[in-house]
Amino acid sequence: MEQFLVETSPHIRATQDVRRVMWTVVVALIPAGVAAGVFFGYWAIRLVAVCVITSVATEAVIQILRRKALTVDDGSAVVTGILMAYVLPPNSSILVGTVGSFIAIAIGKQAFGGLGHNIWNPALVGRAFVQMAYASKVSLSEWPVLNEITHFSADVRGVDAVSRASALAVDFTKGTYSVADLFLGKVPGCIGETSALALLIGGAALILLRIVNWRMPLSYIGTVFALTWVLPSPYTGWFGGMPFYHIFAGGLMLGAFYMATDMVTTPVTGKGIVIFGIGAGVLTTVIRYYGGYPEGVCYAILLMNTATPLIDRYTGPRVFGAKK
Amino acid sequence: MFRFRGGIHPPASKELTQGKRIEDAPVPEVLAVPMVQHLGGPAKPRVSKGDEVKKGQLVGEASGFVSANVHAPVSGKVAGIEERPLYQGIEAPCVVIEKDGREEWADGANVERDTSSLSPKEIVEAVFDAGVVGMGGAAFPTHVKLTVPDDARIDTVILNGAECEPYQTCDHRLMVESPGTIIEGLLLAMRAVGAESGAVGIEANKPDAVKAMSDAASSFGNVTVLSLPVRYPQGSEKQLIKALVGREVPPGKLPLHVGVVVQNVGTANAICEAAAWKRPLIERVVTVTGDGVSRPGNYLTRMGESATELLEHAGIRAGVRKLIAGGPMMGIAQRTAEFPMAKGVTSLLALMDAKPSDWQACIRCGRCVEVCPMGLMPCDLSILIESRDYDGAEESNLQDCFECGCCTYVCPARRPVVQMVKLAKAELAKAKKRKQSAKTG
Repeated sequence: MEQFLVETSPHIRATQDVRRVMWTVVVALIPAGVAAGVFFGYWAIRLVAVCVITSVATEAVIQILRRKALTVDDGSAVVTGILMAYVLPPNSSILVGTVGSFIAIAIGKQAFGGLGHNIWNPALVGRAFVQMAYASKVSLSEWPVLNEITHFSADVRGVDAVSRASALAVDFTKGTYSVADLFLGKVPGCIGETSALALLIGGAALILLRIVNWRMPLSYIGTVFALTWVLPSPYTGWFGGMPFYHIFAGGLMLGAFYMATDMVTTPVTGKGIVIFGIGAGVLTTVIRYYGGYPEGVCYAILLMNTATPLIDRYTGPRVFGAKK
Repeated sequence: MFRFRGGIHPPASKELTQGKRIEDAPVPEVLAVPMVQHLGGPAKPRVSKGDEVKKGQLVGEASGFVSANVHAPVSGKVAGIEERPLYQGIEAPCVVIEKDGREEWADGANVERDTSSLSPKEIVEAVFDAGVVGMGGAAFPTHVKLTVPDDARIDTVILNGAECEPYQTCDHRLMVESPGTIIEGLLLAMRAVGAESGAVGIEANKPDAVKAMSDAASSFGNVTVLSLPVRYPQGSEKQLIKALVGREVPPGKLPLHVGVVVQNVGTANAICEAAAWKRPLIERVVTVTGDGVSRPGNYLTRMGESATELLEHAGIRAGVRKLIAGGPMMGIAQRTAEFPMAKGVTSLLALMDAKPSDWQACIRCGRCVEVCPMGLMPCDLSILIESRDYDGAEESNLQDCFECGCCTYVCPARRPVVQMVKLAKAELAKAKKRKQSAKTG
């Protein structure tokens, strides 16, 4: 007698699986990588390669040691590697990239049980670690950028580069960097974060493919926009801020489109996502204006990651037919 | 019209059969009529080996209020009463009948009568006698639904013509080909429950059905036919009520708590046949479809016909990997085609391509929460059930899940959420039983 495959319903499935989600994010991160090559030279690209290889290798070794199924081809470690590199300064050593990526995967992800079980965004765990471990190499007062004549083969660590203060460390009212330069990415900063344009191209694609929930970038960036305009900064009074400068400067675009949208570590409902976005926006602005660091995106997202289980608990949808 | 939350848009795949007229399937030599074709108590066999039976004769008697009569689908001779595996995954007695080919009706069956003077009670009796059950797949005894408790008041009978399951077109064809019978069945159901108005909901992807039903209903001012947005599970009872009358059935309650009774259009057809022609429910339209058959179509099939024979008639191909009784979203996968057709089998879906899917940890993308029409958090349910916290799952509204499968359809981690939910419900029922027997024993 003929035997058929027996499974519980439903018997048809949507096409988008985890692997496709992750590799789509990888593709969406390419424009920012191209911008990194243009503005910081081939060394930046090499750093991306180092971080991706370390991330994937770390994940593979841990899965082999734990006798778990090898899932490095799902693309999630590749995403973490790319993001790890994108939040490092362009002259970071191979050591910093390697250690950061190792910590991101080993401590940030696999120590919790792997994809789906981690509490914090792995790349930001790696970033927070190197921030402490290599403070002088990562938190720079002077950031290297290529000379005015940019060419891809230039090395940002050498004679082709000049050093300038990062956009968030200067008095933004003085016009050191124009909003247009910030938008394009011709400013000092971490390699993948400077070009808002490149990040928006990839981010828009992810929204259209419904991998990124539009509520997150809108609520996060919108909150930073409103608060940096309204709140008094060390350089300006009430309602005297420069919101466009602040949304394009630093790591906000990268964080809002690619890190605060990490599915595992952010809320599951639309309402929860908006709460997360507003919370991250408030923390980012407060750290930028009144904290000890010029940039607050990394810690803002990590803190909101911590609050995510709590947010999920109170933002569940109304059960059909039940009174709220 | 009111929108329900959630839902999905799976490929409809209805083009295979939606234009195909209902066709009589050949009646096989031997039929095995199951005593369990409905929810509730099994019917008790009322014939024995060697008995001559007529078409429409009672062969299985309802064993209580929540049970249903079963009738002979052909005239012939009882070859025996045998335990057979059924599509629901159980074994139950079946009355095996060898047909004599004379198609002789039993006395009093298939006799036309005037329904205009029938009282509500007489209508419910006719429905009970004919063994009518929900034809949308659930197979709940219809006379139970038409019996309104003293403390309830029904103002609207809703007919479900949404047919939101992909591939299925049996309701679609019935609405196009016999809209008059369906509307008459609706009017009889309205009289039975004392409802002033009737509403028919049909998904907008069946414009010919909407037109046929609207025309048939046009002379009745209290019946409205509505074209509904195409979104699975539009045809789920609670979601359909919400869409048509804007009321929400509270958790754990029945539609009658909000003054509504819902019947499938196929059930309405059967109600009319039972009341107006005294025809017991012995046949139904079955959509036989999928890439595993070369002659997909809508076949009028007698209960008790073996699925193998029906599939052969529809040209089943070699190498079919999956056979589903019902639709692809909620139907039951079968190990073999050796089961008798029954009142609740809406369709047979044969698929050439099916591979068991691996699943992984939840990545908390939230898509299941977005699509859940009941406002549940399927991701949390699946994680709780995975760690065997069934009580925790129950606190997270497990029992509100009706297993539509939207969450599982969209899940990028391919988690079998519906399977987990079924498991948890079974475990909770077992634990409840244990607790009760510990108390009494």
